[in-house]
Amino acid sequence: MTDLEAFQKETRGWLDANCPKEMRDGAGGEENICWGGRNWKFKSEAQKTWLERMAAKGWTVPAWPKEYGGGGLSKDEVKILKDEMRKMKMRSPLESFGIWMLGPALLKYGTHEQKATFLPPIARGEIRWCQGYSEPNAGSDLASLQTKCEDKGDHWLINGQKIWTSYADESDWIFALVRTDPKAAKHDGISFILIDMTSKGVSTKPIRLISGKSPFCETFFDDVHVPKEHGPGVNAVVGTINRGWDVAKYLLTHEREMIGAGGGGLMGGRGIGEMAAQQIGLDDKGRLADPMLRAKVAQAEIDGWAFLLTMERLKDEAKAGQGMGAKSSMLKYYGTEFNKRRYELFMDASGSEALEWEGERTEDGKLAKGWLRTKANSIEGGTSEVQLNIISKRILELPDA
Amino acid sequence: MPLILTEEQEMLKESAQRFLDEKAPVAALRKLRDERSEEGFSRALWKEMGEMGWAGILVDEAHGGSGFGFVGAGVLAEEMGRTLTASPFLSTSILAATALNKFAGDAMKAEYLPKIAAADLVMALAVDEGRKHGPANTAMKAEKSGNGFRLSGSKTFVADGHVADRIIVAARTAGAPGEEAGLSLFLVDAKAKGIARTRTIMVDSRNAARVDFDNVAVTGEDLIGEIDNGHMALEGVLSAGRAGLAAELSGSAQQAFEMTTTYLKERTQFGKVIGSFQALQHRAAHLYCEIELVKSVTLKALQDLDIAFGMAAVTCALAKAKAGEVAKLASQEAVQMHGGIGMTDEYDIGLYMKRIRVAQEMFGDSAYHADRIARLRGY
Repeated sequence: MTDLEAFQKETRGWLDANCPKEMRDGAGGEENICWGGRNWKFKSEAQKTWLERMAAKGWTVPAWPKEYGGGGLSKDEVKILKDEMRKMKMRSPLESFGIWMLGPALLKYGTHEQKATFLPPIARGEIRWCQGYSEPNAGSDLASLQTKCEDKGDHWLINGQKIWTSYADESDWIFALVRTDPKAAKHDGISFILIDMTSKGVSTKPIRLISGKSPFCETFFDDVHVPKEHGPGVNAVVGTINRGWDVAKYLLTHEREMIGAGGGGLMGGRGIGEMAAQQIGLDDKGRLADPMLRAKVAQAEIDGWAFLLTMERLKDEAKAGQGMGAKSSMLKYYGTEFNKRRYELFMDASGSEALEWEGERTEDGKLAKGWLRTKANSIEGGTSEVQLNIISKRILELPDA
Repeated sequence: MPLILTEEQEMLKESAQRFLDEKAPVAALRKLRDERSEEGFSRALWKEMGEMGWAGILVDEAHGGSGFGFVGAGVLAEEMGRTLTASPFLSTSILAATALNKFAGDAMKAEYLPKIAAADLVMALAVDEGRKHGPANTAMKAEKSGNGFRLSGSKTFVADGHVADRIIVAARTAGAPGEEAGLSLFLVDAKAKGIARTRTIMVDSRNAARVDFDNVAVTGEDLIGEIDNGHMALEGVLSAGRAGLAAELSGSAQQAFEMTTTYLKERTQFGKVIGSFQALQHRAAHLYCEIELVKSVTLKALQDLDIAFGMAAVTCALAKAKAGEVAKLASQEAVQMHGGIGMTDEYDIGLYMKRIRVAQEMFGDSAYHADRIARLRGY
């Protein structure tokens, strides 16, 4: 038996022995996610047990080093762990912006003290983080952000506003981009800073979207004092002061890959054609009874399938040592545009029934709300137009205007 | 299997690039066209392809081939798509070799496969009868006559039909047009009595012909695959052809795209390089993404043919559908972005548009394959 096979056997045994049966229903969806944090209320005892056991093993963040609360697993081992969990339909024990975004940023740019202070509580689900990037006047042009961060000797003084901060109203800390040098060129005066949300002067306000309730908030900073150090030797700023854009760029690429890969759900679940056939029915030759829609659906399924294969190919290329680089912009662009197209077809196939906003039989307009929510896919994490700019410049090497 | 080329396949790709750039660039196709070549391809080039193991890329070593498999064949087709190389590679090395390899008896294999590998023989596949592809619509009759059959009917859009030594033809031994059952495949000597061949000069300057059969005699020994049940064999051969064409289209699309982005970086208007205009940048970037998708589906189809030939029909349809659509887009964008010069015969980009139009039509266009995929997926 190879080492990996032994690892697989051991992992399967441990998971089977430790995962509560309530956590083996394969349930995804917003309402079933365990986000953790100071104010987190577990939905069940099983959810709590599952988190505690996985955290003790370091497997909420299996790839992170053991000394920072991770499992210290190799890429191949992480893949085996995820595969085994998927096979046994286990829920993820913990999800958070700390795991997805801040962790990778600290691992790459943080000091040992920052990692030792902030990573373990993320891994254990004790501290929940949110991300403060966009501002009302800094969307696609993120680097024009204006939230002021002044050096006051022993502390930083922060004034400004962030927008689209997911779950800001439920989070404990925020990692944010702020302007530390207003005189420098716009990319050069930005710093990446860590702020306790309970600090005096921080307030949040939820945003209601066209799709209804949303996790998004506006976050306000009014004369917020942030200590230079959050503990002995633990800087509030990650990386070099005024070089926060490097950290941000790294995380944006990372985020794009995640959003693009979210396209993984594309063909999973029900196909568009299958759904349409169920809603509209087939003619006497077994074809979707709406021929114009049928053609659109078939073309969309071809593109969706081709996109899935492309994600697979890029992953295989990355494994073989060819990095993904700016190709993540392609996944982000194509994946999100495709998802919008898919939901438009779902709506076309579902007709007037899917237009009900309230009521039991549509689960309060679940499809309609999902359809509207997809419109943000190609805006958040860098608009489609920004991704096309990146492809033009970084891959095709077309000149600047 | 990872969706990437192996080291061996990468090496094949590089050597193919070098060889084709030197021996069969676009200028070679232009020359064949302008000289109104009777044969439509270079015998010397075809012979060299035999020596290099390309002609026998799908022929196993026991029969004198290089046995590289479908991914290897696709790699060559893609590179030939880049240079618009005219040769009997598709008709003989992919279609006929697959028909013989997978569905012929040992005697037939022993007779023909070594000749294919040596590029001593050109073979063609005759399927279509009408303007649109549809194997089930085959009306050509194969009527029982003594120990054999008599073939009567007309075939069209037969690649290399007028230069082929042998023709593999789909005919109806039972059933009626529109039915998949009742088809049979026969290998026929192209010079047999009753065969009349007319070369059709096509928009892409590549070989095609109409072939009329008037009471042509064949025997049971000329049969490829099962009698009345040739549809399965035919679909297998067509799948290989579709994947090969998808690879060729992928190469042509990539080349047309590269020529376009190069032009965007050179051409100056309004005092600026036109590639700096966002209106063009976004169209180019979108096309880049679509071409990446084509590379993925094409490789997947070719790998499927190698791994599980009988199960590959769906991904071959997917590849043909996607490659055809995207290659058309690539050629249209190429001509538009080149502007006036793209409309001139002197400039190569138009030749890509012409070949792509033909290759995407052959063995089913995107609509044909989208319809098949929809049916297979139950709607």
